[in-house]
Amino acid sequence: MNALKLVFHELTGLFVDDGALALEIVAVVILATISHTAIPNKPLAAGGILLFGCLGALLFNVWCSCATKSRTP
Amino acid sequence: MLATWTHIGPAVTAAFLASLVEAVEALTIVLAVATVRGWRPAGLGALSGLGLLAIIVVALGPLLEKVPLYLLQLTIGILLLLFGMRWLRKAILRSAEVIPLHDEVKTFSAETAELRKQARRHEARLDWIAGLASFKAVLLEGLEVVFIVIALGAGRGILGPTSVGALAACLLVAAVGVVIRQPLARVPENTLKFAVGVMLSAFGIFWTGEGLGVPWPGTDFAIVVFIAMFLAVGLAAVEVVRLSRTESFT
Repeated sequence: MNALKLVFHELTGLFVDDGALALEIVAVVILATISHTAIPNKPLAAGGILLFGCLGALLFNVWCSCATKSRTP
Repeated sequence: MLATWTHIGPAVTAAFLASLVEAVEALTIVLAVATVRGWRPAGLGALSGLGLLAIIVVALGPLLEKVPLYLLQLTIGILLLLFGMRWLRKAILRSAEVIPLHDEVKTFSAETAELRKQARRHEARLDWIAGLASFKAVLLEGLEVVFIVIALGAGRGILGPTSVGALAACLLVAAVGVVIRQPLARVPENTLKFAVGVMLSAFGIFWTGEGLGVPWPGTDFAIVVFIAMFLAVGLAAVEVVRLSRTESFT
């Protein structure tokens, strides 16, 4: 059981290190999917949401990590 | 669906650089095992890890052909985004000195100290424990290499070139490791992780978009534009964080 837990932990660790960043990425992908479904005649809008959403999520997450780190003594 | 050089070039480079990083990390553990218990358990553990990896690839490889292309692109795209942006975030924080750099010498010392501690407790079983440490390192780092190769190659049928890129990196690290028998501490790991994070994130955007049905302007050339954008944002983030930290300390 411990070995299985370890394998699961290691496998999820490949993709999720900071849970907040993973959630932000998934949220951006969901937004892009909704946009693609809602306005199918403008597919580039979904691409824009995806690209700028991910870049924004990265900046936001780095900034938050930095702020949290500087508050920690 | 034909792959162009604007696609193959960055994909093979990313596979090579990412595999270089993973192979260096695996080599550090294998060398630690070899230092404490000799090359036999280290080599056997590493070979077993490689064997299990080969079985996983042979077993799962044919399944990929059965997955509908858009679903494969979407899944791989999202996984690449999670994987690549995780590396990029960490590399930015390390470059800005928010978190310490990864140190192969420190990892090597910690692993040898742990193995020596275990040696005092379980002398009889130590070859097993040492071999297992080597096996685990090769398997886990190897899984990351396999994922990167599949993720970069499967969507456009360029598994061959990306596999060659990854294999070249692993063989290079193994050869250098066997010759110098020391952790490869001088490899600029954070710079490599930064570059790979940028490329994987760009591929992640491209594949996720393709999976959703986004007609990227310039098709494959869009990847080069995404790489440039992630690189610019990553470098800007390092500078901004560095500046803000300098200001908060003064």
